Amino acid sequence: MTTMPAVQASGLVKKFGDLRAVDHIDLEVRTGEIFGVLGPNGAGKTTTLKMLATLLSIDGGRAEIFGVDVAAEAHRVRQLIGVTGQYASVDEDLSGAENLWLFGRLQGLSSKDARATARRLLDQFGLGEAADRRIAEFSGGMRRRLDLAASLITRPPLIFLDEPTTGLDPRTRGQMWDTIRGLVDDGCTVLLTTQYLDEADQLADRVCVIDQGRKVAEGTPDALKSQVGDSTLQLELAPGADPVRAREVVWRVLGAEPATTPESGRLNVPLDVADRAADVLIALREAAVDIASVSVAKPTLDEVFFALTGHGAVPDQSPTSPAETAETAGTADDHHVMEVA
Amino acid sequence: MNTVLTAPSAAGPTAPTAPPRSAPRIDPAAAVARTRSRAGVGDTLTQTFAMAWRALKKMRRNPEQLFDVVMQPLLFTAMFAYVFGGAISGDVHSYLPLLIPGIVAQTVLTTCMATGTQLREDMDKGVFDRFRSLPMSRVAPLAGPMVADLVRYLIAAMLTYAMGLVLGYRPGGGVLGVFGAIVLAVITGWSMAWAFTWIGTIAKSARSVQGISMMILFPLTFLSNAFVPAKTLPGWLEAFTRVNPVSHLVSATRDLANNGVLTAQVGWTLLTGLAVIVIFLPLSVLNYRRQL
Repeated sequence: MTTMPAVQASGLVKKFGDLRAVDHIDLEVRTGEIFGVLGPNGAGKTTTLKMLATLLSIDGGRAEIFGVDVAAEAHRVRQLIGVTGQYASVDEDLSGAENLWLFGRLQGLSSKDARATARRLLDQFGLGEAADRRIAEFSGGMRRRLDLAASLITRPPLIFLDEPTTGLDPRTRGQMWDTIRGLVDDGCTVLLTTQYLDEADQLADRVCVIDQGRKVAEGTPDALKSQVGDSTLQLELAPGADPVRAREVVWRVLGAEPATTPESGRLNVPLDVADRAADVLIALREAAVDIASVSVAKPTLDEVFFALTGHGAVPDQSPTSPAETAETAGTADDHHVMEVA
Repeated sequence: MNTVLTAPSAAGPTAPTAPPRSAPRIDPAAAVARTRSRAGVGDTLTQTFAMAWRALKKMRRNPEQLFDVVMQPLLFTAMFAYVFGGAISGDVHSYLPLLIPGIVAQTVLTTCMATGTQLREDMDKGVFDRFRSLPMSRVAPLAGPMVADLVRYLIAAMLTYAMGLVLGYRPGGGVLGVFGAIVLAVITGWSMAWAFTWIGTIAKSARSVQGISMMILFPLTFLSNAFVPAKTLPGWLEAFTRVNPVSHLVSATRDLANNGVLTAQVGWTLLTGLAVIVIFLPLSVLNYRRQL
């Protein structure tokens, strides 16, 4: 049994001009796990992934894939990885079957083997019927699946997935999650980037959180959530209610400090168990603090970031380092984009 | 500031001592052992042909890409023949032996430009990220489309001669001479295309490839003996046309098609082509690599 990590990176740096898009990031991905890189747009997730996948040069630090140096032996590393980007990296003018055949040929399969592999993967990914259609006619979800299939032709031991479900509708998203879990059952290691906390929670064995090119946290999703709370109780105080008093009550019941927005009288209370919302509400009534509205929500990435860094996912001018990166090419509000397959 | 949430020992199912989720069928150690440090010559050839196959498929599916190589020979041959024929050679018919090889050279070179622009366009697409991430020879993505482009040069050269024949051109070199001229034009076009491929790898956009290429191509084709006899030009210009590689190609094709003779001009043309490949092939590959 190998104990070699799938990815071992230390002090990774990527500069675009004066800007450090990735600023001394260390990563260790263990063989056989799903590792999630969580962060908002422009945090440096894609840049990090591209460096590890030999698609961008490394400006500082070093990285190894299964012990093979990424900078020095890119050609060997490319034989060990499959990369699926944010946008479909397949050929629009070719059919699904032709795409996979081509990628198979380019990786040394005979024409016959390439055709058989293409057929098998298309069936496996539910694209068998669309095999001979041009990609231009594919839906967003089909493209993603084809893209992922194209990364699996030679069964590489490490798969990079860059925001695999951004822009997918919930049902397609769930299918993609199942597929990704299936990869690990086959013995693959998966490194994925995501901006969804629940995606990291659903899929990843371990997560690292990146903000402004730096790693701000690392651990299991459970550990991450325990820091933030499993869900958030959002309270809006009635006009005239005393926010200071409300905070005291919350502190007494939960032992946690609520995040407040004083001007609107809002309190966001992290909850480890959603049930405890009731305790807070009862305590508030006993303390005669009136409430205008109540809701319980899953923590957003923003709240994770607030908990971890003291600022939101969209940073308000932190003095430590500049925030924008080349990644901003992606849409700023991918969060709520839905695409009907 | 930075918070590290858990030590690795706290991890659940993935702690090093824990058993894997299921028997892994993919063995990383074996995969590492199988890797090779570079693409061999055989791989490079297979990959080049696979990329050529892709380019041909795309050509078949977007026939409008062939618009230029079809229209230019037809249009320019007729236009130049009727506009300049009388002024330069007395009449259209006597101008054709001078003009047709010139047009062949011109169309083949313009086709090179398309090679560069299309490569640039192609490289901006997502699929090139995949090519870059595959263990592929770095020559294949550039050379593949160029192999497919041989078809374009062939169409351009053949159509020009066909149009000439329609207008009354009767090449003295016979079928063999014309065949030789076409082969030479195709080879030259292919070699020259490496220069434009290089431009494709350095330029920021397909538009700028086109702009730069035009700036090179226009002087090169018009300041040659392609459309007028060089001796009618002022001395300094004649001197330039003499060293212009386009002139060599035009002279060589004229000798082949009109007289059926193989002259030293053929040698000069091939030599120029070889020089272009030797210089620009490595430069193109270098640039393509650097864009990673």
